[in-house]
Amino acid sequence: MRHESVPIYWRNIPHYYRLVARRCKRCGAVYFPPVAKCRCGSTELENVELPREGRLVEYTVLHQVGTDFLKQKPLIVGLVELSNGVRVAGQIVDAQPDKLAPGAKMEVVFRRVIADGKHGLVMYGYKFRPVGGI
Amino acid sequence: MSRVGVVSWGAYIPKYRIRTEEVARIWGDDPLRIVDVYLVDEKSVEGLDEDAVTIAVEAARRAIRRAGIDPRRIGAVYAGTESKPYAVKPISSILVDALGLSNNVFAVDMEFACKAGSEGLVAAIGLVDSGRAEYGMTVGTDTSQGEPGEHLEYSASSGGAALIVGKDGVAAELEAMYSFVSDTPDFWRREGSPYPMHGEGFTGEPAYFRHIVGAAKGLMEKYGYKPSDFTYVVFHQPNGRFPVRAASMLNIPMEKIKPGIVVTHIGNTYNASALMGFARVLDTAKPGDKILLVPFGSGAGSNAFVFTVTDLIAERQKTGVPTVEEMLRDKIYVDYAQYLKMRKMIKLFE
Repeated sequence: MRHESVPIYWRNIPHYYRLVARRCKRCGAVYFPPVAKCRCGSTELENVELPREGRLVEYTVLHQVGTDFLKQKPLIVGLVELSNGVRVAGQIVDAQPDKLAPGAKMEVVFRRVIADGKHGLVMYGYKFRPVGGI
Repeated sequence: MSRVGVVSWGAYIPKYRIRTEEVARIWGDDPLRIVDVYLVDEKSVEGLDEDAVTIAVEAARRAIRRAGIDPRRIGAVYAGTESKPYAVKPISSILVDALGLSNNVFAVDMEFACKAGSEGLVAAIGLVDSGRAEYGMTVGTDTSQGEPGEHLEYSASSGGAALIVGKDGVAAELEAMYSFVSDTPDFWRREGSPYPMHGEGFTGEPAYFRHIVGAAKGLMEKYGYKPSDFTYVVFHQPNGRFPVRAASMLNIPMEKIKPGIVVTHIGNTYNASALMGFARVLDTAKPGDKILLVPFGSGAGSNAFVFTVTDLIAERQKTGVPTVEEMLRDKIYVDYAQYLKMRKMIKLFE
């Protein structure tokens, strides 16, 4: 089973853990996942932490999933519009699929994403869950 | 700038619950008897993708949100747990990056059974009071272990509680603290062993009661308190009976300990147990209330703390951070098979 390498995981810790995005200093566009160059052509970007609340835009329920997620079937994956308008895709947890609906209030949570076998690294990151429970 | 104390608190209880009767059904126990013995109706269960790290991060984030401070002003972070996902690799360093603390921070994981989180509180108080850190944080976090079919399984549960200590913006000022520690083999887990061992008749008198009562009495004698001085008293809660009996041994009336009891609804969250009860009390406390907090850890030891609630408490209670009471109500029940899966107790090829 191939996992993201330890160095790549380590480099991505700010955006996996705290939703650190990149904002263009020239035009203000925000990118998540972070990018090196803005659409406007500028390479002057700064780090910005995204808000941890938003609304569910759309979601889907996956019954055929990748090897690392086999034990979590069915997997809910959704698109969440954060309170500053930035849209982020991610796994939705602590929710019952039939009770979810677009517009539901969501919050960012910190969860285990991949554990590299019994002896390897546990990789943590962001997921979403409904606020107040569904 | 006031004296050192608790600036903010945050708690996290996973959403999943298993009823005591469901566990008893699997292992052939009489559920009514079990509930009567432990006074635990149901317990919290971590999700499949949760562990002591994720629980600590959620509790700590809530404490920071409630405090409204820049996390880079926190100069010390301690995690107290007996459920480390790694034998070697700290939770506290993950907290540093997950919470956005600066890299100039004292950080370590502490182990003293269920007392480690409160020992982190002592360390944070020391650093802040001496002026070596502006704020310090401690998190008690656990996904507690109990062997399936063994009595601990009826209470061992999951949760976390975080406290931020400072001198600026104090919501509960520290008045006194006192410790009581001895080598008492009441409960232990050897290196590599998945479940703890405990002496059935040994956990009460020589361990829990001796140390809880020893710390509480020692504190009262040394600093001149009497039970009537306290508005609330919060003890470590391995089950629903022990804190009630400890209160009776100290002549503390039931109404003073009831608001801080959470074990009946979520079980024993180990390092978060007493701190969660403390958080529940802080959620509704009034200025001037005096709180006696006495966590306990097997092995064994207790720390006793006295806090006086300040006028800032109302501000901290209005931050929109979920209260312990709200989390106690927000739950999804699971059956025993789901529970085993979530607790990662089904053996898989990895």
